[in-house]
Amino acid sequence: MNRIWLFLPLVLAVTLGVVFYWGLGEDPSELDSALVGREVPSFDLPMLGDKEASGGPEILKGKVQLLNVWGTWCAACRVEHPHLNRLAEQGVPIVGLNYKDERGAALEWLEERGDPYTRVIYDPEGSLGFDLGVYGAPETYLIDAEGIVRHRHVGVVDQDVWESDFEPLYERYRKDG
Amino acid sequence: MNAIVKTAEAVLVLLAVALFAMPATAQERFEDPQLRERFSELTRELRCPKCQNESIAESGAPISADMRERVRKMMREGATDEEIRQAMVDRFGSFVSYRPVFAPHTWALWIGPFVVLVIGVGVVLALVARNRARRELDSTPLSEEERRRAEQWLRDE
Repeated sequence: MNRIWLFLPLVLAVTLGVVFYWGLGEDPSELDSALVGREVPSFDLPMLGDKEASGGPEILKGKVQLLNVWGTWCAACRVEHPHLNRLAEQGVPIVGLNYKDERGAALEWLEERGDPYTRVIYDPEGSLGFDLGVYGAPETYLIDAEGIVRHRHVGVVDQDVWESDFEPLYERYRKDG
Repeated sequence: MNAIVKTAEAVLVLLAVALFAMPATAQERFEDPQLRERFSELTRELRCPKCQNESIAESGAPISADMRERVRKMMREGATDEEIRQAMVDRFGSFVSYRPVFAPHTWALWIGPFVVLVIGVGVVLALVARNRARRELDSTPLSEEERRRAEQWLRDE
């Protein structure tokens, strides 16, 4: 009977090993968004293409959309851009958030690489970015028809990320809406 | 001659003014030492979401500069420490606070060590009690009957 206790250290070591191994697989730079399940913070910002036009949270309502945070200074955005173009071709509506950038450079970028966005919010001060908790571009949010953030991804959204993280949610919220 | 000295003097004064003026424009600081202390304490308690092992006080990342700016602004507007901390947690998640909250998902973190301590104390007490019982048994003198049986066994050997 008492002999069973001799196995305790072994059991403990194996349990801890499994827990630590599982923890190793996590990416520590990927933080949970405080916003998931909450409404997009309110804002009133100009549009990139049209200085006169401005918009608020209502442009992120009405249908399931992606909100993509980008800037011409962001190297990874260069990598991401073709993927966004392809998603747009497939009919996924993407709203851009041009973050801490210059209007001229941003417009040139879209001219050169194609424009996957239905519209682009111009946020040179990064005020909406701050309220969203953006800490590095690119970041992409899945926003449902009620304007509630359902998923957030920090880093490039490529085919793999789209298929594993976004597409199932995108289809689900589209059906619910 | 005199004119040259005058010019040199003027240049030196201008240089000195320029050098002194720079820090003030580069970083708006609080005049009041108490506010400055509060600012430095708050920014040391908030963690940079980009460079994960630095507080926003020491980090050079742009996001940390933005966060420091927001802390400064909220302090000017009269927000309490708690409101400022909450504003950051609302945006960047509980990750940015170096002080974990006490909530269901952090119960193990806060209470875990005490549970382990209680288990440890329990194990030690149980071992001590068992040891004492054994020692008491060893030191009890044998009864007349037990002594006779022991002698019998020894003889049979």
